[in-house]
Formats: sequence, C-alpha cells, structure tokens
Amino acid sequence: MPVGQAILDQNDRLAERNRGYFRARGLLVLNVVSSPGSGKTTFLRDTLLRLKGQLRPGVIVGDLATENDGLRLRESGAPVVQITTGTVCHLEAEMIGRAVGKLPADQLDLLIIENVGNLVCPASYDLGEDLRVVLLSVTEGEDKPLKYPPMFQSADAAVISKMDLAGPCAFDRRLALENLGQAAPRARIFEVSARTGIGMEGWIDYLVQQQRAARNRSLLG
Amino acid sequence: MHEISIMESTLELASTQARNAGAARVCVITLRIGTLSGVVPEALKFAFQALAPGTLAETGELRIESVPARFWCAACQAEFQSENLLAACPKCQTASRELRGGRELELASLEVE
Repeated sequence: MPVGQAILDQNDRLAERNRGYFRARGLLVLNVVSSPGSGKTTFLRDTLLRLKGQLRPGVIVGDLATENDGLRLRESGAPVVQITTGTVCHLEAEMIGRAVGKLPADQLDLLIIENVGNLVCPASYDLGEDLRVVLLSVTEGEDKPLKYPPMFQSADAAVISKMDLAGPCAFDRRLALENLGQAAPRARIFEVSARTGIGMEGWIDYLVQQQRAARNRSLLG
Repeated sequence: MHEISIMESTLELASTQARNAGAARVCVITLRIGTLSGVVPEALKFAFQALAPGTLAETGELRIESVPARFWCAACQAEFQSENLLAACPKCQTASRELRGGRELELASLEVE
C-alpha cells in the first residue's frame, strides 16, 4: 500500500511550530553547523560581543557532553542555554522547542543555535531556523564542501574561519571559493578571523540586515 | 550515525500504518532516499537489522529506492541530474541555485498482511 510520508515528519512538524513561535516574535534564527574544531564557539563569542548595542542575541548550544561551550559563550553576557545530547549526533526541533522556553525570548531579536560539531547528521533536521550557516576553517582543506554536499547544499551562508591562518596553511582561496560555489550555490560567503577581526564587520552587517528582514516579515504577519 | 534514529521513526510509522490497516505483519518496507538527504542506505539497512526484531517488521524486508539529485539550470532552461551531488550544470557549468529533488527521506510504501 502506498504511504508517501516523510520519515522525519514529526521533526518537520515541530520545526514548523518553532518557526511560528520565532516569527511571531520577529526573531531571526540561525542554525550554525560545522565539523568539530572549526572555531564555531570562538567565532560566535566574537559575534555576540560585536553585536552589543545593535541586536539582542540569545544562544542555544548543543554538545554531546560538557557545558564548556555554554560557559565560553556566556562570557559575552548573552543568555545561553546548553543542551547536552548524550550520544545524539545532532539537535532536533523538539530539543529547540524545550530549550527556547529557558530563554527570555520576548527580549531577544536574534537566536543563534550552535549545533553539534558534525557535518553529516544535522543536515537532515530542520530546527525551524531562518538561515543555515555552515562554517569551515582554512585548516580543514579547500575540498571540505565537496566532501559534504548535503550540508553545504542546504546552506544560506558559508563562513570561512581562521583566515589569519590562511598563509601558514597555504590555503588556496580561489579553489575554496570555487568549491563552495558548486557545493553551496545559494550561500553568501564570508571570510573571517575572529582572532584578528578580519571580515567580522561584513558578517555583523549581514546579521543586522537579515534581522530587519525577519522583523518586517513578522510585522506583515 | 543518525540512521539509527531515522530507522526508529521508520519502524514506528510502518507499524502504525500496518495496525491502522488491520495487518499483523509488515512484509516489505520501501523507502525513497535522496542522494542529498545525508542518509547512507547501507547504514539504514544495518539499523533495520538491529531494530526490526520485536516489531511488526521482524520478518520483513527493507527496500531502498535511491532518488538522484536533480537541479534546474536557469541558463539552459533544463533540469539535470547530478552524480557528484554538486550544482554545476554539465552543459554550461553554471552553478544552479535551484534543487528540485534529492533530499527525500520518505516512507514510500508498505506491503502488509
């Protein structure tokens, strides 16, 4: 007998519920994914610090274990909820629905979800985000996007991090951009270093502009 | 290895559907899995063997139909299939911004008795 049902139907429905909740509040929501060690937490901590006075961000961060990332992000002063997933290799919409209740959502205009460090599993799970942001560092090699097409294909923005190490790593920038163009054709590309601040301004401007768009969508209902 | 949790959902959906149809056994589960879904068919088969015992699909069979990645090329005004999962049109090399298929993770059909 024919069924034709999405296997992740339940997750998709909960993601839509999250999306409705976020939209009603004019929140811009990012789902940030990368491999372990690409510098997500450093990049996000710097993002939070730079957003001061411009946007009011909150963070949900997922890891298999430890609260270390949550603690590092909290140094920025932003409210942070840490989810420890145990053995689960990705965040699901239901976890986000529960975690967001622990944030002062009505006082925020940006929610950053730092997913578990993994470029495979999180690709399948919609969390209700507006933008999927994939991070790759110059130390990972230019062909990373070609190795993980499902994740890169779904990306709205791609951030190349640790640009301050591009020289020592003999990072082939032209090749990396070409690969991103093929694997992540919809993505806006940012080249940054949280340590030196290169490129961070453009990224922050992008967030402010996207937040404005999210707020306008909310006002239009 | 999110294939385990995806197979758990699959077996739950299949069992519910079978029960609703008044069946006692799921003989065949057919899935449609896109090549850009991020799910590995071999890992799904492994997960099925591990999880099916004790469910209505215990003696059943898992079939997986692979759905190729399909993009729309705006320059050529044509659809193309992508084997390497990248968005470059094989004719004109333009990167497509429109994915038309390949992310499917779907319980397509069941044979029950």
